[in-house]
Amino acid sequence: MINLALLIPKAVVQGIPLLYGSTGEILTEKSGNLNLGIPGVMYVGAISGVIGAFFYEQGLSKSGAQPNGFLAITIPMLCCLLGSLLMGLLYCFLTVTLRANQNVTGLAMTTFGVGFGNFFGGSLIKISGADVPSIALSITSKYFSASLPFADKLGWFGSIFLSYGFLAYLAILIAVFAAIVLKKTRTGLHLRAVGENPATADSAGINVTMFKYGATCIGCMIAGLGGLYYVMDYACGVWSNDAFGDRGWLAIALVIFTIWKPDIAIFASILFGGLYIVYLYIPTGMEHMELQQLYKMIPYVVTLIVLVITSMRNKREDQPPASLGLPYFREER
Amino acid sequence: MMKTRKHEPLLHIVKRDSMSYKKAVLIRIAAIVAALVLCAIITMVVTGQNPISVYGTMGVGAFGTARKTWVTFQNVSILLLISLALTPAFKMRFWNIGGEGQVLMGGLAAAAVMLKLGDKIPNPILIALMTLAAILAGGIWSVIPALFKAKWNTNETLSTLMMNYIATQLVAFFTVLWEMPKGSGKIGIINQNTNAGWLPNIGGEFIGSKYLLTIIVATLITAAMFIYLAFSKHGYEIAVVGESVNTARYVGIKVEKVIIRTVFLSGAICGIVGLLLVGGINHTLTTTMAGGQGFTAVMVSWLAKFNPIIMIFASLLIVFLSRGAGEVATNFSLNQSFSDILTGIILFFIIGCEFFIRYKITFRRGGHKK
Repeated sequence: MINLALLIPKAVVQGIPLLYGSTGEILTEKSGNLNLGIPGVMYVGAISGVIGAFFYEQGLSKSGAQPNGFLAITIPMLCCLLGSLLMGLLYCFLTVTLRANQNVTGLAMTTFGVGFGNFFGGSLIKISGADVPSIALSITSKYFSASLPFADKLGWFGSIFLSYGFLAYLAILIAVFAAIVLKKTRTGLHLRAVGENPATADSAGINVTMFKYGATCIGCMIAGLGGLYYVMDYACGVWSNDAFGDRGWLAIALVIFTIWKPDIAIFASILFGGLYIVYLYIPTGMEHMELQQLYKMIPYVVTLIVLVITSMRNKREDQPPASLGLPYFREER
Repeated sequence: MMKTRKHEPLLHIVKRDSMSYKKAVLIRIAAIVAALVLCAIITMVVTGQNPISVYGTMGVGAFGTARKTWVTFQNVSILLLISLALTPAFKMRFWNIGGEGQVLMGGLAAAAVMLKLGDKIPNPILIALMTLAAILAGGIWSVIPALFKAKWNTNETLSTLMMNYIATQLVAFFTVLWEMPKGSGKIGIINQNTNAGWLPNIGGEFIGSKYLLTIIVATLITAAMFIYLAFSKHGYEIAVVGESVNTARYVGIKVEKVIIRTVFLSGAICGIVGLLLVGGINHTLTTTMAGGQGFTAVMVSWLAKFNPIIMIFASLLIVFLSRGAGEVATNFSLNQSFSDILTGIILFFIIGCEFFIRYKITFRRGGHKK
């Protein structure tokens, strides 16, 4: 029997980066932008946070000052948000203002972002001339991974619900908030209108450009936090190149799996997080190690099946936003 | 009551009817030059080298020795082949971003034939079987999303993306299954002693003979694709379906058939790339064999406006940058990902410059109107 009190926390910590990524992408796609640059944005978010934390720790060790919890959290977070925001602005400038093809722009952003992350991850020490062997941000990451002090005294309840760093809870809060905004508010209604039919939204007096910029940039900032969570909390502040892997693409897959609903994304991301590591828990025996590789396929197969089923059933509320992937030019209606 | 605007806006964007070919090319070249200047400045900041010697170093990395030059052209050929493969699908507005997976499946099929029938049948038949298997595997892998698209209009960008990862895991599965020696997690060089199923070196004993086959295949397929798209009936049907599905239906084109046929072709060429990588270049199978080129090829194909001839130059530019930046990175003990940053910058500039080709900006004339 698999021990749920052990498995669920592992699934959650795997799921949180996916939740950030997919919440960000859902907001983006609701405005009609299919941002395939999310994997790149998450790398940039992660490395920007790492750069911020790195210089903060360098500063600490030079001046000999005591680490300050507030600064240790806000500096990497602000750097991460700024980095991801710049990526979002770049995407919007190219696709909304210059009306470039969204797929190509997104893929270029992923090439750039992953390269940016790995380059600075691998060369930061050399460039800054610091005297450390590798990027291991133990001081700042301690603040990110700190859980409630009484969590481990509460047995299984504590380990399932209370054993995470604050960014995990923030992810869930953001997803709930995004779901409420999308479903219940006027802003959400306008945003959905822009994604479904920008021409109609425009003639109803909604500022299409502003909504597209806003949703995409906020979406990128949320996705960037996923990268930050991964490196500062899950990986304990240790940067290793390509460690983040294909989680960014999985986050995009999750958007389809959740049929564009951030509240479903909370559970779906934990499920995907579980699927991502389930191969470690299915006994294969030493004779059949190859089967592990097939179990790793499960999240992608499940996503593909969901994608096909939603298109087969053709229910209107389960469809992608109607203008997803298309640029909008007022004079071309 | 609507508020009336007092001022005419400063900028006004108008769609161009058409632009002379020469001017469009000039704009693109200007964008590439601007991007290269920015790349040089960034390299200068990171390495402290002056921009002219940066490009000198990059030139050495790509064309420094005869061997390096051959490898550069081999890499250009592979990237070009994948870009060509994706092009007919893109022209039909079928966003096949599954090149990565289709290449892997082609390679997997070729490797399977190579391993299982290696010494049992004569070499020419073996190679023919490998080719057939690779073409079928790549083709089938791309047709699966195409069937979904034709039947239920399933979003192909997302389904081909998923197929990439399923293919990666399949290759990982077989890598462990066939690993040599046991426990290494790698297949190793296939048929190292007999060379069974290795694609032939062309031209006898000279330095380029190892690389020539890939380059010849790429040249032939480039020419064939150019003719297929520009002059064949199939090429015309692809263009019509891409412009408007309804028009295509109206003139009696079977849209589903065209989608599936074209996407099969797309996957089949990717399968050939898998064959070349496994049988001709690496002689082994790894999950990272395609190395992200399935995604790079999407951009190459799009940047070349789906024109096979321009694709040669686009691939050359990308490969030059990546090999050149690799050399810069090695010289300054920086990370190899440096080339991705430079590639990204170039792409952003070219993507952005398209705007100035399709639209023109007119400024407000004669100051404020009252």
